[in-house]
Amino acid sequence: MKLLRDILDKMKPMVEKGGKLHSLHSTFDAIETFLFVPNTVTKNGSHIRDAIELKRTMFFVVLALIPAMLFGMYNAGYQHFLSLGDSAAIASIFTCFWYGMFKVLPIIIVSYVVGLGIEFIAAQMRGHEVNEGFLVSGMLIPLIMPVDAPLWMVAVSTAFAVIIGKEVFGGTGMNIFNPALLARAFMFFAYTPFISGDTIWIAGMTNDSRRVIDGFSGATPLTEAANALADKSEVLYTQTGVMDWIIGTVPGSIGETSFIAIMIGAAILLFTGIASWRIMFSVFAGGYVMGLIFNLIGYNIYMEMPAHHHLLLGGFAFGAVFMATDPVTSSQTNTGKVIYGLLVGIIAVLVRVVNPGYPEGMMLSILFMNAMVPLVDYYVVEANIKRRNKRLKMVTKVIDC
Amino acid sequence: MSNKEKEPFFSAKNMKLLTSPFGANNPVTVQILGICSALAVTAKLKPALVMSLSVMVVCAFANLILSLMRNTIPSRIRIIVQLVVVAALVILVDQFLKAFVYDVSKQLSVFVGLIITNCIIMGRLEAFALNNKPWPSFLDGIGNGIGYGIILVVLGFFRELLGAGTIWGYKVIPEAVYDFGYENNGLMLLPPMALISVGIIIWIHRSRDKSLIEK
Repeated sequence: MKLLRDILDKMKPMVEKGGKLHSLHSTFDAIETFLFVPNTVTKNGSHIRDAIELKRTMFFVVLALIPAMLFGMYNAGYQHFLSLGDSAAIASIFTCFWYGMFKVLPIIIVSYVVGLGIEFIAAQMRGHEVNEGFLVSGMLIPLIMPVDAPLWMVAVSTAFAVIIGKEVFGGTGMNIFNPALLARAFMFFAYTPFISGDTIWIAGMTNDSRRVIDGFSGATPLTEAANALADKSEVLYTQTGVMDWIIGTVPGSIGETSFIAIMIGAAILLFTGIASWRIMFSVFAGGYVMGLIFNLIGYNIYMEMPAHHHLLLGGFAFGAVFMATDPVTSSQTNTGKVIYGLLVGIIAVLVRVVNPGYPEGMMLSILFMNAMVPLVDYYVVEANIKRRNKRLKMVTKVIDC
Repeated sequence: MSNKEKEPFFSAKNMKLLTSPFGANNPVTVQILGICSALAVTAKLKPALVMSLSVMVVCAFANLILSLMRNTIPSRIRIIVQLVVVAALVILVDQFLKAFVYDVSKQLSVFVGLIITNCIIMGRLEAFALNNKPWPSFLDGIGNGIGYGIILVVLGFFRELLGAGTIWGYKVIPEAVYDFGYENNGLMLLPPMALISVGIIIWIHRSRDKSLIEK
């Protein structure tokens, strides 16, 4: 630590005004504030007193994502060996994890290199400080990609999300849409065959499906349900059950499968107060209520699926905990947060059940509600003003009497 | 009146009418008109070019005819007169396309008919042709048609190249690139990406021409 500090102190005069490397000021600043908590404090205007600043906040979110990431690595290997019917490899946690790590790490590296690269260039060009927002997005993007996603597609999607989703609007804190979900949405609509279907969720299955054992489909539970609906079969799931969904040993995007790992992350976020519990709970509540409503309608077997299954399946939990709670793109008012969360949950389940073209509704539902957030906030504030005006009038009336 | 008639056909003022819509006063990227059709017909280069030619012809002749009639139209019914003229021209263009480029006409489908409601044409008629002489109005119509066409062709070029790997229907991205793992970007063929592409063009345009940036 001392050594790092010394190196930075030695370099500091070079990048300050008048120094010969002044053009690299933003880059130096980014590295310095990343490694050490800066001494500067906000001097004027309204500001929040807190022990941690934005970079440290982001760090806690990344920390909360670690369980999901580690389990995602393990599951990538587990699903791979499962598809090959290699029971010896499945039994060894280490083998599974090792294989999965080599599959997942490149995606994480690509996402960070591309995203941070663009952030650094944009900051240098504008003479801004480098924004810290990408620390989290860079980790979220790999976790919502299928493990077999080609790396250049991850790179293009990340670049699109950072440039069009964030830099165009003015950088971190100004974006309308969640950048990580935007990357996934871009990938989903641009390279549809690589992010939907049966074979892409399992490493190596697309290129080498000959070796896969008989009867193994590789479909995610949600795809399975949608297919079952289309085929008019009697049961929704044959390959996995509730316990598998909770532990997470099912095919799916890298980080989304394990309910337990996500809940550990949720606990970290709620304990540190970084994510809003209002949003998190109302998303789950919204999904559950919509599930119950579909149970009442009961038109087909998908609608009759127990409501709590929706919360365990696919990206619902991951979206509720890590995506919907993004402080920039979610609602700012407390009432607004509840409305926003409920609608995210409701629309996600609605898309899942009613539109078989998109087996997973969470991404579309959160992006849609991101766009609606200003409207929700506007009416919440308006209602508050109206209510207080009314109270004011009553008070003046009383005084007049 | 008399001294104006001696003005040469391609005087500096007239040339400015013709060329300013190409860049600084572009109907699509500066006035943000005609976006709807710009998004709808640019998935391929060929329909984009045919569409922009059609709009140019309609815009130029509607301007010319309305300008000739401008002193006889009561201002209260001017919109309906404009519509009749434009509609007549659009039907002519539509029949011409059906006769000579039937496949493109099929692809453009309803959007040829919708030229009638194209904001650029109505805008030019209202703003220019009703107050100006025939020749400048004609040039203004051609200029705006070309300004619209430039954006459509640029959009059509990139959307077809990135979305389908072809230009004018011919494959330009070699098979070897696909073998290497390259894939066509399906989003480029969808209207949302066309809107984003228009946004990017506006972004580039404004960063090159600082006078367009609002205070």
